[in-house]
Formats: sequence, C-alpha cells, structure tokens
Amino acid sequence: MTDTAGQASLRTRIAVGAICTALFVLLGSAVFSISETDLGLAPSVAERQAESGVKNVVTAVLLNFRGYDTLLEIAVLMLATIGVLSLRKESAGIWASLEPAADPVLSSMTRLLVPLMILTSGYLLWAGEHAPGGAFQAGAVLGSAGVLLALSGYARPGWVTRVALRVAIAVGFIAFLVIALAPMLSGGALLEYPEGLEKPLMIVIETWLTFSIAVILISLFISSATPEMQERER
Amino acid sequence: MPVLSQTDLYAAAGALLFCVGLYGLVVRPHLLHKVLALNIISSGVFLVLVGIARRVPGDVPDPVPHAMVLTGIVVTVSSTAFGLALVKRIYTETGAVTLSEAGDPGE
Repeated sequence: MTDTAGQASLRTRIAVGAICTALFVLLGSAVFSISETDLGLAPSVAERQAESGVKNVVTAVLLNFRGYDTLLEIAVLMLATIGVLSLRKESAGIWASLEPAADPVLSSMTRLLVPLMILTSGYLLWAGEHAPGGAFQAGAVLGSAGVLLALSGYARPGWVTRVALRVAIAVGFIAFLVIALAPMLSGGALLEYPEGLEKPLMIVIETWLTFSIAVILISLFISSATPEMQERER
Repeated sequence: MPVLSQTDLYAAAGALLFCVGLYGLVVRPHLLHKVLALNIISSGVFLVLVGIARRVPGDVPDPVPHAMVLTGIVVTVSSTAFGLALVKRIYTETGAVTLSEAGDPGE
C-alpha cells in the first residue's frame, strides 16, 4: 500500500478520494435534509430551565440535564492524562526539565499576566451561572497561565509534589462522582441533585472541575514538551 | 429565503472538513499527520453542530449542541495529547514516525 517514500500509491489515493467525495455528498445531503422548522431540544430546555438552578442554558445542559456527559468527559480527561504520564520514557518530574528563563522582559511580562489570567479564570467560573462561561473556559484560562509560567522558565514550586499533582488531576472527577452518587444513598437516581441544592452543588462541582482541568492541561502540555527527542538524537 | 442559508453553509463546510480529514487520516502515513487529520475531522463535526444550533429562531441558539461541542473540544484536546504521547513513544522506541506493515521492522 505504501511505496518507498512512505506515501500511499496513486491508486489508493484516488480510491480513498472517491470514497471521501461520496461520503461528502452523503453527509451534505443528510445535513441539508434536517428540517428548517425542527427546533431540536431548545424548547424542552427552555421549558424546564427554571428547575435546573442556574440561569445560563449551556451550564444547565452541561451540569444538570446532560450531567452524565460531563461526568464521563472529566473521566476521559483524567484517563488521557494518566495515559500520557504513563507513556513518558523517563519518570523525570513534570515541569522540571524546561529551560530556565534568560529573558527579563519575558519573565516580568509573565508576572504581570499570570495574576490577570487567574482573575479572568475566577470571573469565567462565576459568570458560568448566568452568562457564557463555566468550568471548562475557566480551566482553560487557568491552564494556559500555568503553561505560560512553565514556558517562561518558572520551575515547579517545591510544594507541588508528584502526589499533589496526581491528586489535583483526579480531584475534579472524584468530587463530581461523589456528588453524582450521593443521591443514590437515599434512594434517588444518579446525578439527581437534591431539590433547592442544585446551584450550590453545581458551583462546588464547577470549582473542582476548573482546578482539575487546569492541572490536567498543564500536565498534558508539559509532559509533551520534555526534551526526550533531543536526547535520542545525541 | 436564499438557496443556501448561512447555517447550511456552515454545516456543508463542516461536512467537507470531515471528509478532508478522513482522506488525510487514511492516505498520510506519517503519524503526526494522522493526529492532525483527526483534529480536522473533529473540527468538522463541531462546525456542523454549531451550524445546526443556529437553526433555532431568536437570539439564543440551541444549547444542547453547544454543550456537546464544549464537551467535544475538551475530549479532542486530551485525545490529541494522548495521540502525541503515543507517537513520541513509538519514535523513541523504534525511530519510526509511521506504523510499519506486518512483518516489516519499521522504516
């Protein structure tokens, strides 16, 4: 199937191209055939939004109506991170092997930016209740603050131990899972928030999710950035 | 009503991205290209979902596809990172950036 250059042969490429074109026609017509008057699930969400405990519809869907998806999503994130950490060749500490900062402009710029990013992340987390925002946006901003710190040469502080890092990766999933399972003890269903407690519980979940997602994103980035490939070349 | 509404255009572009990505995934042997192709495929899916969400009349789009895209983006980020870690490990173990055919000890 591949020639000496490792490229697929012309015949394979034409065949695959034809199949993909046919698939495009099929997918395109499927998408166009969705009725213009079909409103999807928007009316059902609008109807029952008052029960969700939050004012932002996307947050209501993410953490209440489709909370199961979000629970599994944070599980996927955690598993992927465990996978990435396990695949590293050497168990060199995360965040330890990056170049130290030589550039004073870069490091002082980072000092200015990181507090602002933490503030923005906190705002996004708070805004998620009533406006676009929430745990994933807040976690992404917090995570990029950490990536920026690492790239500018700030070493991992001593109190962030290997164990602490792994606990931080798992704590979002664990917090969500505990809150999801708790109602089952009193005969309720999975993810059935007790009445009146929807909002505080969702805020607890979102806060831990933000923290975990940030640490997960930092770990994913840093463990991909360790200079193993250069070591092989030497 | 125009022949091709804005929503349809986004959805069609999403379907096109999906197929371009699929072609790249099958044809390109380089593993890094395959990881990128998977990303293009998921971008296509997200574009279709965001396009469909806009069909609802009024200012607020359908929140369910939006929540799905939000979930999907995070899952894509983590699966990309996992894919890259696998590619890196394959490279450090075998020195190859492609998957060898059965019985062929890498390129």
